[in-house]
Amino acid sequence: MSALSELSHLKHRGPVTPEQRAARRKEASHDNKAGYLFLLPWLVGLFVFTLGPILASLYLSLTDYSLIQAPNFLGLDNYERMLTDDRLHQSLKVTLIYVGVGVPLQLALALGVAVLLNKGMRGLAFYRSVFYLPSMLGSSVAIALLWRQIFGTTGLVNQVLQLLGLDATTGYVSDPDYALWTLILLNVWTFGSPMVIFLAGLRQIPTMYYEAAALDGASRISQFARITMPLLSPIIFFNLVLQIINAFQAFTQAFVVSNGTGGPSDSTLFYTLYLYEQGFTRFDMGYASAMAWLLLAIIATFTAVNFLLAKFWVFYDD
Amino acid sequence: MTETIAGEIDAPRTPADHLRSLVKHAVLIAVSLLMIYPLLWMIVSSLRPTEVIFRAPGLWLNQLYVDNYAEGWFALSQAFDWYLVNSAIVVSGAIIGNLISCSLAAYAFARLKFRGRGLWFAIMLMTIMIPIHVIVVPQYILFNAFDMVNTFLPLVLPKFVATDAFFVFLMVQFIRGIPRELDEAATIDGAGHLRIFGQVLIPLMIPALATTAIFTFIWTWSDFFTPLIYLTSPDMYTVPVALRSFLDATSGSNWGAMFAMSIVSLIPMFLAFLFGQKFLVKGIATTGGK
Repeated sequence: MSALSELSHLKHRGPVTPEQRAARRKEASHDNKAGYLFLLPWLVGLFVFTLGPILASLYLSLTDYSLIQAPNFLGLDNYERMLTDDRLHQSLKVTLIYVGVGVPLQLALALGVAVLLNKGMRGLAFYRSVFYLPSMLGSSVAIALLWRQIFGTTGLVNQVLQLLGLDATTGYVSDPDYALWTLILLNVWTFGSPMVIFLAGLRQIPTMYYEAAALDGASRISQFARITMPLLSPIIFFNLVLQIINAFQAFTQAFVVSNGTGGPSDSTLFYTLYLYEQGFTRFDMGYASAMAWLLLAIIATFTAVNFLLAKFWVFYDD
Repeated sequence: MTETIAGEIDAPRTPADHLRSLVKHAVLIAVSLLMIYPLLWMIVSSLRPTEVIFRAPGLWLNQLYVDNYAEGWFALSQAFDWYLVNSAIVVSGAIIGNLISCSLAAYAFARLKFRGRGLWFAIMLMTIMIPIHVIVVPQYILFNAFDMVNTFLPLVLPKFVATDAFFVFLMVQFIRGIPRELDEAATIDGAGHLRIFGQVLIPLMIPALATTAIFTFIWTWSDFFTPLIYLTSPDMYTVPVALRSFLDATSGSNWGAMFAMSIVSLIPMFLAFLFGQKFLVKGIATTGGK
C-alpha cells in the first residue's frame, strides 16, 4: 500500500464498543516505553525541525522580522501586502502554469511509455534505465546549466534547427515567451520516476484479465480503458498527488536557468524563487513566512481537492 | 514467475504481431535517443573547445580537447576537488544519519505496540508531503541562533533525527514484509527489542537500507537549495553551489569548462544510479505501488 492509500484508509475504522476500546488500549500500550525510545530521534526531529518551524513561521508571518532586529507585531499586514504584490501574483501564475501543464504532460508520457513497456518484452531493462536516468539527474545544477546552453541563442536546439535550414536565432531561455516552457520541458524530461511506479503497478494486474478480454474480442483500446485504467487508477492518483507537490517545490532549475532572477521579465519567477528572494536576499523573513503559509495552504488545498475528486475516478478493489 | 510463462504463451506470432512489435521498438528507440541525446552531447561537448560547442550539434569528435577539464578544475577560488570533498562530507553524514534514525523509527512503527502509534504514523505520512520551503525560514533562524550557518551542520543534523520521513515509510513497508515469527523466536530466546532490532531485523533489512543510502546519496549530492541558503562562504560550497558560481566567475560564457565540471559532478550520481538501480526501482515501487 502506498503512503496515500494508507492515509485514506486510516479513518475507516468503524464503531467500537467501550470494551473493545479498552482491550485495544491495553494491547496498544504493550511496548509503550520501548516504542517511544525507538521513536525518540524522529520525535525530536518532528518537533524541532518540522512542526516547530511550521508554528514559528505562523507567528513570524505576523511580524516584520529581519534577522537583525527583534520582530515587531504587524497583525495581518503581510497578508494584506500579498493582495497588492504584483510580483507575488506573477509568481503564482508562473507556478500554476508550470504545475498545470507540466505535471499532466509528464504523467501522460510516463503512463504511455509504461504501457508500451509491457511485461516481459525484450530490452525492458535497457529502456527502463534510459528513461529513468534523466529523472535521477534532472534536479541537478549540471543539467540546469546544460538546459541553459541547449535553449540559448547558439544552443543545441538552434544548431539543429539551422541544420534543417531554418533561420533559428531565438534565445529561448532569454525570451519571456519561451523561458517557462523550457522548464516545463525539463520537467517532462524527468518522466522516468513516475514511469517506474506505473510499471510496478502494471505488473500487479493479472495477465488473465487481458486474456479473458481478448477471448471476448475486446480491442486493445477497450482493454486499456476498462482493465488497465481502473486497476491502475490508485497509482495514477498517487503519482498525481506526489508530482503536483513536487512541481510546486521546483526551484533549482529556474534559479540556475535565470541565474537567480526569475527572469526574463519574471517569466520564470517560481513561487519558491520569490520566497527565496524575500527571505534570503532581502531578509524580509516575516513576509517570506507569510508566503510559506500561503504555499502550505495552496498545496494542502490541491491535495484535499485531489482526495475529494478521487472518489469519482479512483477504483480500490480491496 | 508468471511473467515468463505469460510471455511464452504470447509467443505464437503472426506477421501483424511482428510488425506491431517492430513499430513499438522503433518508437521506444526514438524516444530513448531523444531523451539521452542532450546528455551524450554534453559529454562530447565537454571535450570540445568552447567556440566549437556553439556550432557542432553532432556527436563526432575530431580530437579530444581535455583542456576544459584542467581549466574548469582551477577556475574557482579553490580547486574542484575541494568542493568534491565538501560534498562527500555532507553526503556521508546524511547517509549515516538517515540509516540510523529512520531505521529506529521504522522499527517502532512496524513492530512495537504503543499508545498513539496510529496518530504519530499519520503525522509521519503527512510530513512526507511538507515542502522544505514552508519550514526553511524558521529553520534558518534556529540554526543562525546556534551559530551554525556556514557550517555543514544544518545539512547533516536534521538527518540524524529522521526528518526524511519518506525513508521511515520505506523501511516500515519493508519490515512489515519480514515474518514476525523471526522476532518471536528471538523473544523466546530472551532477546530484548534492541537485540531483535540490531541482530534480527537489521541484517534482513539490507535491501531497504541500501535503497535509503542510494537515494540519500543522489538527493543530497544534487541538493542545491539547502547549501545555497546555509553555506555562505565559497570555501564551504558543495559541488552544486560551486558549479552554479561558474555562471558568475566566467560570466556564463566558458561552456567548455562548465560542461567539463558538470560531467565531473554527474559521474558520482551516474555511478550510484548504475550500481544501485535495482534498489532504486524496488524502493520506488514499494512506496509508490500498492
